[in-house]
Amino acid sequence: MSSKRQRTLRPHRNGAAAWLYLLPSLVVITVFLIYPLFKVLRMGFYQKYVFITDTGSGFGLDALAYVLSDPVYHRALSNTCFITFVGVPITVALALGIAVMIDSIPRFKGIFQNLYFLPYVTTVYAVGTVFKWLFHSDYGYINFFFKFLGLEPQAWMTDPNLVTLSVTIFTIWNGLALKIILFLAGLQKVDKQYYQAARIDGTSRRRVFFRITLPLLSPTIWMVSMISFIHAFKTYSAVVAMFDKEAAGPGNSAITVVFYIYNMFFKKGQVHYAAAAAIVFLVIIITMTALQKIVAKKFTYYG
Amino acid sequence: MDMKLTLEHVTKDFSGTLAVNDISLTMQDGKLTGLLGPSGCGKSTLLYMIAGLEQVTSGHIYFDGQDVTTLPAETRGVGLVFQNYALYPHMTVEQNIMFPLLNARVKKESAQKKAREMARFVQIEEYMHRKPAQLSGGQQQRVAIARALVKSPQILLLDEPLSNLDARLRLDLREEIRRIQKETGVTTIFVTHDQEEAMSITDELVLMKNGIIQQIAAPQAMYRYPQSRFVASFLGNPPISFFNMVAENGLVELSPNLKLKFPISLSGPVVLGIRPEGWALGSGIVVEFLSVSVRGREQYVSFMLHGQKAYAILDTENAVKPGDRLSLALKPYCVHLFDPENGLRLGKGDAHYVE
Repeated sequence: MSSKRQRTLRPHRNGAAAWLYLLPSLVVITVFLIYPLFKVLRMGFYQKYVFITDTGSGFGLDALAYVLSDPVYHRALSNTCFITFVGVPITVALALGIAVMIDSIPRFKGIFQNLYFLPYVTTVYAVGTVFKWLFHSDYGYINFFFKFLGLEPQAWMTDPNLVTLSVTIFTIWNGLALKIILFLAGLQKVDKQYYQAARIDGTSRRRVFFRITLPLLSPTIWMVSMISFIHAFKTYSAVVAMFDKEAAGPGNSAITVVFYIYNMFFKKGQVHYAAAAAIVFLVIIITMTALQKIVAKKFTYYG
Repeated sequence: MDMKLTLEHVTKDFSGTLAVNDISLTMQDGKLTGLLGPSGCGKSTLLYMIAGLEQVTSGHIYFDGQDVTTLPAETRGVGLVFQNYALYPHMTVEQNIMFPLLNARVKKESAQKKAREMARFVQIEEYMHRKPAQLSGGQQQRVAIARALVKSPQILLLDEPLSNLDARLRLDLREEIRRIQKETGVTTIFVTHDQEEAMSITDELVLMKNGIIQQIAAPQAMYRYPQSRFVASFLGNPPISFFNMVAENGLVELSPNLKLKFPISLSGPVVLGIRPEGWALGSGIVVEFLSVSVRGREQYVSFMLHGQKAYAILDTENAVKPGDRLSLALKPYCVHLFDPENGLRLGKGDAHYVE
């Protein structure tokens, strides 16, 4: 009986007020998110585009066809996939390992937490400068160690076959801090009594990690991987920080999808190609996210 | 499975606070021993030290004569049931029970078989494939007990196992714990702050306060002959009432026709403790009831006696109401004498009437 009254009261009375409160954010979202989204969708299907007047005309799949057959876009896609599918698993695993280690030390936990969090508050361009120097063919520490270990020094920043790997190493290190903090927060939520129970039950360290820590941490692991994958897909500033805005390494060999889109738009002025590249990228990301959700449902435990 | 557990001068110092202070005792093998005391008395700390999860500051712990003081928890062969069960939430009941066996590299089939047997023993076999969150508190506790018992521990330790359950379940489960302990014959230590729970199922009680043992005795013996004022006040509900009186050669006069002789010849100030069930309607001392509360099979009344508020449990045969002036008789064995200085019991055995 009360539900009927509520149904007749709610939409009239509170509806207007609710919309009023929502209005500012709705305006912002519409102007800066929904409108550009549709604009991009429209741009991607222009037949012709005139840079001087910034006007497009016609409707067709030409821009998509161009982008899909552009070898530079192929390179950008394969580089982005490398950074994502090689870099993210490594950085997530490293962050998890470091977080578990920090969590298990009884003293100076705070000091280590702060130490590992420092990279997060450092600007990516400063870190890029340091990495440029580390990767330097003649004076870099990395080649210094390679020589020390009797390995052949590598042209990290100039060899077109190596630059993507260099960017990947950079993103692995640069993304570590936030992930460690997130994992430490996740570990904090795991009841310490489970570990006491495991000790009483004579559980080996290995089994404690794989049978208790990992499953109980799986929601955090999923969340961190999700963020990392999306972040890695959008890799742009890492490339700019390591090289510069003009070119992603020698002959654009370290180009990523976002870098390609930026290049098309601002450097080449081919707005409809940039939009088409963005649309292809959007489809890939949506597919990836959907896949991840299916995988997560199978392996994630929610308490 | 019998195992003798001995503690020798065991002390736990938490940076200046003595949680457990020089405790020496021997727990009876194959029996259920209750560690009882108010919260913060060190009973859980003591249990965790026996389990090996907490380090001993000084002293020694022996399992069957073997010094285990420095052995890590995993090698002591104890089963521990935690206050909030600590069941692994991502595993099924079966996986939880099997976990200790698989740790010990028992083959999966025989672990499964043992887990099933144990589940049947604690009556949860129909929930084998559920997760702990899908079970009631009582069922979770049964799973926790099964997990502790499945590896045939030398000692079973229970840390306030019933405190998270509702009153009705608590009654059922404490009988169940008693049955499980009797049938397995495993030496069991049961920590609780609930005196009724402790009295009802244990073979022996260890009452602690501020890290020090107050008394060790069978539950009924501890209730009947409390060694100190604290023990007397901790056991019993409603609590014992205390009166400051003067004894003359072991004789205390509550009223001209209610005189009690205690088995000690002592004159001077004493503290008299009277259990509320010691009173009954009858000739003795006339009092005026302040409050009456009827509890079904009995009624609790309060009245003033020698400047102190006293409680009595009366049967409901005669209805009484506040303001009634009635005469009460007293059972002498429900009266205890304590030293007003140190609170220790004065005289062994029961008091008796003198005309």
